[in-house]
Parts: sequence; structure tokens; C-alpha cells
Amino acid sequence: MSTATAASPLRRDFQHWADPTHPDDRPFIRKYIFSTDHKVIGSQFLILSVFFLFVGGALAMMMRWQLGFPGQAMPGGGVLADTQAAQGILLPEFYNALVTMHGTIMIFFAIMPLLVGVFGNWLIPLQVGASDMAFPRLNMLSFWSAVPAGLIMLSTFFVTGGAAAAGWTAYAPLSAVPEYSGVYWGQKLWCISLVILGFSSLMGAVNYITTIVNMRAPGMTWMRLPLPIWALLTTSVLILLAIPVLAGALILLLFDQLIGTTFFLPETGGQPLLWQHLFWYFGHPEVYILILPAFGIVSEVLANGSRKPVFGYTFMVAAIGAIAFLGWIVWGHHMFQSGMNPMLGASFMVTTMLIAVPTAIKVFNWLGTLWRGDLHFHVPMLNALAFVSTFVVGGLSGVFMASTPVDIYIHDTYFIVAHIHYVLFGGSLFAIFAGVTFWFPKFFGRMMNSTLGYIHFAMTYVFFNLTFFPMHNLGLGGMMRRLYDPNQYEFLQPLQPMNTFITISAFLLGVGQLVFLGNFVWSIFRGKKAPPNPWRANTLEWTLPSPPPHGNFQSMPVVHRGPYEYSAPGAPDDFWPQDAAPGEPSQPRHEPAEALS
Amino acid sequence: MPGTGPMEGMRVYNMKLGMWVFLLSEVMFFSGLIGSYIVLRFASPEQWAEPNVVLNVPLTGLNTFILICSSVTMVKAFAAIEHGDQAGLKKWLVGTILLGSTFLSIQVYEYIKLIHEGFVPMAARYAAEGGPLYGSTFYTMTGFHGTHVTIGVLCLIFTAIKAFRGKYSKDNYAGVEVIGLYWHFVDLVWIILFTIVYLI
Repeated sequence: MSTATAASPLRRDFQHWADPTHPDDRPFIRKYIFSTDHKVIGSQFLILSVFFLFVGGALAMMMRWQLGFPGQAMPGGGVLADTQAAQGILLPEFYNALVTMHGTIMIFFAIMPLLVGVFGNWLIPLQVGASDMAFPRLNMLSFWSAVPAGLIMLSTFFVTGGAAAAGWTAYAPLSAVPEYSGVYWGQKLWCISLVILGFSSLMGAVNYITTIVNMRAPGMTWMRLPLPIWALLTTSVLILLAIPVLAGALILLLFDQLIGTTFFLPETGGQPLLWQHLFWYFGHPEVYILILPAFGIVSEVLANGSRKPVFGYTFMVAAIGAIAFLGWIVWGHHMFQSGMNPMLGASFMVTTMLIAVPTAIKVFNWLGTLWRGDLHFHVPMLNALAFVSTFVVGGLSGVFMASTPVDIYIHDTYFIVAHIHYVLFGGSLFAIFAGVTFWFPKFFGRMMNSTLGYIHFAMTYVFFNLTFFPMHNLGLGGMMRRLYDPNQYEFLQPLQPMNTFITISAFLLGVGQLVFLGNFVWSIFRGKKAPPNPWRANTLEWTLPSPPPHGNFQSMPVVHRGPYEYSAPGAPDDFWPQDAAPGEPSQPRHEPAEALS
Repeated sequence: MPGTGPMEGMRVYNMKLGMWVFLLSEVMFFSGLIGSYIVLRFASPEQWAEPNVVLNVPLTGLNTFILICSSVTMVKAFAAIEHGDQAGLKKWLVGTILLGSTFLSIQVYEYIKLIHEGFVPMAARYAAEGGPLYGSTFYTMTGFHGTHVTIGVLCLIFTAIKAFRGKYSKDNYAGVEVIGLYWHFVDLVWIILFTIVYLI
């Protein structure tokens, strides 16, 4: 067949479509371990990220023990080394490491690989109608370079001096000088680990952008792309442009730590502020990397659960672009307290408030999607709805922080911690739960147990809010971040009961996640076999068996409509697959469509 | 009906688009380093010596010319294979490799000489004219550039081996084109670095 345009005019047709007559005789190690198949790589990222999600969660539980029950021996604390705990009571130095590693692991090894590694790999080739990514071997390298990065990060707990302890933001000179932080190898390995992870992300971004731009099936025009693809494309551009700046900063920091340069050390002309600018120039686009794919997933699930098109698709796309663009000119709002010229602070305040506009457009469009919809409250839908409610809270607290004079009081307090967790847990993680429960049937060929799904949702929603909402109050009451012992300050002692309450809620929140983990593992082996299209959805992946074969489609699909033709007027059914020919809506492709659970 | 028609997308094949996208990320990487250099230098200008006092501008000027010539030979290699000229491809690829390696050798020679004169990255042992930031920024920027050149030379060797095995043709030259793009980028970064590090 013609390879014309996007395929290399200089090589044969490079897409290897699924061939049912040809048995898949790849050895086990090539099929599941060193696989170039994007679906397998996506699942590999899932296993890696869920593992790190629970590690990060365990670190948080330890922090919460110290804050909720200070001075009391932690259950199981006996296993910790003398440098970490004394008779089960956490030491302040170890607490600093916990704070640092919780943030680092959750952001870089849990949320990013989940949103970008898992959903990017799972969704992009299938939803654009390709047989695999543009560069399958680069894709494999992307996953397998994330693994050593993760192992190096974990190893820092076991080296002399312990894990990195300068915060996930690693401000210099604390992070550059071991005498200041007490951490020797841990901080250096932290930098090395993130540089390697940066390579992994960068390779992924190059792959995703090339695939989305060049390998869309005929008829899959830009404005017929599912929103997760728009989100992942934009996220990949952010990764492409922001991660290298982080890499540069980490290298300069490593040189200060290893070689004796003084880029960030003031004694010989270096500038601590330079680190802050470099880090946050990356750091702000980073938070949009952590939320944009979630926006895409939520749009997809809400439309499906409402049996309605996404309200205002064009504006949804434009808003993603606007958020990504504005995200480059707000980084100073992380540095309001650094001594900057108030005029500069004012300009960052304005751009930061501006970013609320496209975000609000998205929120209203989600509401518009739900409005008068034929709502089906399946497990993914509930998680997506939770996303909308908690993300809005997180966004609203952001408006307070955007205002420079207000930020003077709440910077570096638990108000910020509340905001972070409302957008990253209430936001990203709920969207991840929605996405995993939605696409699990497609990629594992089995349904997850919906009863356990509802229990997990309820426990998570309730205990999430009980854990993190009071942190707004703690912050306004003056409790600082990264604080080992609030009781050393008399004005914080009255807040101890609230800290204990939060700790208990956090433990119950953690228990709730075990329900998800159990459901996930059990369903992979014993879940009910999944039909091709259990959610009666429109995008191309739902036209294939669950799981799709190697090579996905048997030949290049052709697309005739957008992805959100739910309840289209005149169509006999309430969904209309993208590749169904004009005039034959919702023709079953393999098996009769099953009713939604 | 499925399977007919060309894909949507740009009229640029995957490897080429991928290389351009990757080069964009490299622009950001070097911008971070160069931006840091600019900030540090403006704040502490006394740490920088005048041009040609510590660094050897004429020699590096010659080295710059050598690298630019290697970009010319790279263009000629690509032009050769576009016309199916196998001998030309091999000749000009080898020329590019030799010129690139010469660039690296002169850089290494310069580094050794400078270190002997006390121009080092570590602040505690800095002994040349100016201050420690001069040394640390110099080695970081030129060092990373040199690393990129080294990787480029290794990729060119790989490409040359494939060329000698006859793997490229008038209809199959993507590999030559994309390494060419990378090589030109590395050359462009050097021109910028040479200007701001050696001449200003």
C-alpha cells in the first residue's frame, strides 16, 4: 500500500499490522520483558509506577506518624537504622529525608510515569490508528532507563549519610554542600537518578510527538483527535522543552557537589538564586506535565459516562494550549519570598492569575458535558467526578497563592501542602484511577471488580478530604512545611489535635489504597473476561479485541468522525465509533456490545 | 475500505521529524547552560579575563574553521547519496569524521595546556587570571559541547560503516540525513559558544 507522505519516502511501509494468520512466536523475554510493543511498555510503566506510588505512600505514612504522634515509637520502627530512628522514634535528619524522598518519588517515579509513561504508551498508537509508536526500540529504552533511575533513587536510603534531604526542590547551597545537610552520597545520587530519568522522559516525548504528528490514520484530522491525545502531545512538548533545563541545573549542582565548582555557592561568586530560577523554570511546566494528561483522561471518561460529546471541544483544545503556553511565564510565583523586585512579583502574579482562565474554561466545559447527560455512574466516572470537585478546590487555593501579598503569609506553610495534594492527589491521582479502571479491560482483557472499585472510590474520596482539607487551616495557623516538630513552637501547640486527626485519616486513606491494589492484582488473573467495548465508547482502541494483538489493527483504519459522537441525533445507538463507515453507526465489530455495569 | 489513502501528517518522514524534535530539546539544554553563564558573568564580571589572555583565540579560531569545514563535507556526503553516488558518500563521510576528530583533538590539547596553567573548574585550585567562575563555566559549556561532538563522531563512524557496507542508496538515505542534521546543530552551537566564550 502507498506509503506516501508521512512514512519515509525512502523506505518500505514501516507499519507492521496485526496478522492473525501468523502466530506470535516471539520468545517470552521479547514479548514481556524486552518488548518494543507499546501496550506492554505501558503496562511495564504501570507496574513500576504503582510500586513507587506505594513506596512514596509508605514514606508519607511515616511522616504522618511523627506529626500525629510525636515522641512515640512508630510501629515497626525497630527495623530502622540508628541514623534514622532512636528506639522507633524518627530522627529529625531522617524526617528531612522522608519529606524529600516522598516528594521526589511521587512526582518523578509515580505520577509522571503513570500519566505520561502508562497512558501515553497505552493510548497514543491505538487512538491515532497506528500499529505502534514511531520508534518502538526507543520506547523500550525509555522504560528500561527509568528502571535504573528508580533503583538509584531507592539506593540512596542505604548509603552513608542517607537519602537526599534538601527537599524535592533541592535548593542550593543546602543541596550543594554536604556539611550543611549531613547528606553525602544521597544528594549526588539523587541528581544522577533524575538526570537518567530525564533521558527516559525525553525519549518518550520525542516518540510521542513524532507518532501523533505523523502517524494518524486517514481521516484522523487534528480536530478529530481524542482529548487525551491532545493533552499528551502538549505534555510531550512541555517535557521536551523543560526537562533539558532541569538536566542542566542538576549537572551544575552535581559539579558543585563533586568537582568543586561554585555555580550556586556565594563565597566565590556563585548564586543560590540561579538554582531557584533554573529549577522553577523547569518546575512550573513540570506541574502542567503532571496535570494535562489528567485533563485529557477526565474529558474522555466524563463524555463516555454522560453519553454526550465533550462540551466545547475546540475550546478544550485551545485551553490545553493556553495553559501550556502560559505555564512558561509564571515560574516566579514559586519565588515570591526570594527577595525579588516587587514589580517583577506583580507581573508573575498577573500571569499566574491569567492561567486560571483557560483552566476554568475546562472546568465549565466538564460541567457542560455532564449537564443533562444520561449519566452512568460507573467506577471510572465516579473517579473522574471526584477529580473535578477536588481539582477545583486545589485550583481555588492556587488563586490565594498567586496573590503575592497573600503568599507572604502562606508560602512554605501547610496551605501550600494542601494545594499540592488537592491538585496532585485530588487531581492527577483520581484521574489516574479513572483512567486505569477505564482502560484496564482493554489492556488486560479482564474487567476490574466494580464493588471493590466503588469501595476504593468511597474510601479514597472521604479520607482524602479529611486528610488534606484541614491542612489549609494548619497553614493559615502558621504551621510551616517540612517541619519535624511543630510543638517546639508554642503558637503551634494548639494545632496538635488537628495533626493527629490528619494522621488517622491518612492511615485510613492508605488502607483504602490497598483495596485498589488488591482489586488490580486479583483482576489481572481472575477478573471477568472483558469484551472489546465494555463502556460502549467511540475511540479506535475499542474496536479491537481486549487485549489488542501485536500490531493492533489488521490494516490501517480509516476515520470518519470525531471521538465524541455520543447520543448523536439520528443514530440508532448512543455511541458511534470513529471508524464506523458513514451510514452504519455502532455496528458491532466482534461481539455484541455489552450493557454498562 | 480500511487501509487506503495516505496517513495524515507532515511531509517529513519519522526519523527526520524525530531528529528535529530532539534537537529542539538540545536547544533548551544549551540555553540553560548559556543562560546560567550569562547571569553569572553579568553579576561577577571581574572573574573573567580579557579575551586571549587565558584562552588561545587564534588556535580555537582555526578549530572553529575546521568544524565548519566538517559541516561542508557533511553536506557533500548527503548530496552525494541523494544522487546515488556511493563513492562520494564514503569519501565525504570519512572527511567529516577526520575533521570532527581533529576538532576534538585540538580541544583536548587545549584542555591539557589550560589545566597545566591553573585554569581549572574547581574553585579551590583555580590559579589563572580572573576567578573560578571563569573556569567552571568554560569547562562546563565546552565540555558538554565536546561530549556532543564525540557522540556525533561515533554516530558518523557507525554511519560510515553502514555506507561502506552499501546500506544506503538514492532511495534510502534517511540515516545520513539525520546524522547530518545533528552534526550541523553541533556546529551551530559551537559558533555561538566560540563567540561568547572566546571572543567576548
